[in-house]
Amino acid sequence: MAKTLLEIAGLRKTYGAVEVLKGIDCAVHEGEVIAIIGSSGSGKTTLLRCINMLEDFQDGTIRLDGEEIGYHVEGSTRRRKSEKDIARQRALTGMAFQQFNLFPHMTAAQNVMLGLVKVKRLPKGEAHAIALKWLDRVGLGDRANHYPGQLSGGQQQRVAIARAIAMNPRLMLFDEVTSALDPELVGEVLQVIKDLAAEGMTMLLVTHEMRFAYEVASRVIFMNKGVIGEEGNPREMFVAPKTERLAEFLKTSSFN
Amino acid sequence: MIAPSFLDQLWLARHVILNGLGITVAISLLAIFAGSVLGVVVGLSLVYGNRWLRWVVRAYTDIIRGTPVLVLVLASYYVSSAVGVNLDPFSAGVLALAVFCSSHVGEIVRGGLQAIPKGQTEAAKAIGLTFGQTFAYVLWPQALRQFLPAWVNTAAEMVKASTLLSVIGVAELLLRSQEIISRNFMSLQFYFFAGALYFLVNYGIERLGKYVERKTAIPS
Repeated sequence: MAKTLLEIAGLRKTYGAVEVLKGIDCAVHEGEVIAIIGSSGSGKTTLLRCINMLEDFQDGTIRLDGEEIGYHVEGSTRRRKSEKDIARQRALTGMAFQQFNLFPHMTAAQNVMLGLVKVKRLPKGEAHAIALKWLDRVGLGDRANHYPGQLSGGQQQRVAIARAIAMNPRLMLFDEVTSALDPELVGEVLQVIKDLAAEGMTMLLVTHEMRFAYEVASRVIFMNKGVIGEEGNPREMFVAPKTERLAEFLKTSSFN
Repeated sequence: MIAPSFLDQLWLARHVILNGLGITVAISLLAIFAGSVLGVVVGLSLVYGNRWLRWVVRAYTDIIRGTPVLVLVLASYYVSSAVGVNLDPFSAGVLALAVFCSSHVGEIVRGGLQAIPKGQTEAAKAIGLTFGQTFAYVLWPQALRQFLPAWVNTAAEMVKASTLLSVIGVAELLLRSQEIISRNFMSLQFYFFAGALYFLVNYGIERLGKYVERKTAIPS
């Protein structure tokens, strides 16, 4: 069995009185591609956002390569790590967002370079070379000097993925990266993700693309009302769901 | 007797007018500069300050913005001398305008920063940037572009507001023009001329603003 990369134990997250995550336990091994599915409000995006501390969480632990993310325990009190520590830990995971979130005042290449220069402290020349390499890999080598406003949604999302992946993260998080795209642009983005998966990148994808989850994921996690409702390999889960909940969810989703 | 011609009078008054224009420009520049620096601090406090700081700064901007500039100018001059800080009219006037400017720039900065989608900060965090880096490379450059037009507008307002310093005896363009008029009674001509000069200064500011806006526009 491959090495455990990410270990989540007893993760709880509340927004005021609303408990969004009600105790999540899960382990991710190196090279795994995990699709997280579930209806909206089930907590799947929140789970992803907790992993890189875009959301604070109230209880439980997340460990990446054995290192606790976001919090440390002093005696009996649990404290949030310093902003500096959290920033360093965030650089270990890459994230792509539903809305791309490219920096509009920077070219595609500058978007990719920013983290390399400011976080990894690489010389500009080296960072530029890496940026071009990754833009090339997502099929946008000829768009390096374009601004986000000059690119299609699919192209923007590919730049955003290049920006995340260029940091050489241990783990990639994809948060509904095709949901904001026109249908004809979904394929190009999924292809990029597929290629990364084939190269052994460990990734967690929150997705509504059931067909894609079925084809690419090595494991599927079905989130239901803040807990993991069911998990397993996609062939079993999609063809013979064990729980009523999952069966119903699949019936109403686009998988067919 | 032949009525003196406007051009003759203008020629006679040229040094006085230029001097007044110079004072007007100096007041405006100082007020805009000091007001902008202070305004950025005000804006940042409104966006990133803790509750208490936000409350204090919010009260400051609301009070200043709700007060006529003329009252600020008079207060700055007379109150300062009453409490024993002897400001000359020029300094008192610049102080009043700078304070006025800061409350407006503060609101502009706040609006510019808050208009940036949350996703920008999240994307910056996700690649491991610290808050300082996020602000310097992601948020501030976007906010600057966003608030440039409003800032230019405020700068032009400051030039206009500088006329109010005439009431505390600062020899800026308007007061100088009034002095000239009291000698030759050509009120229509000299007020019009002063108005034209104010227009030129503000038109220049506006053109400069448009130029910078074009230069820094994000291609799309």
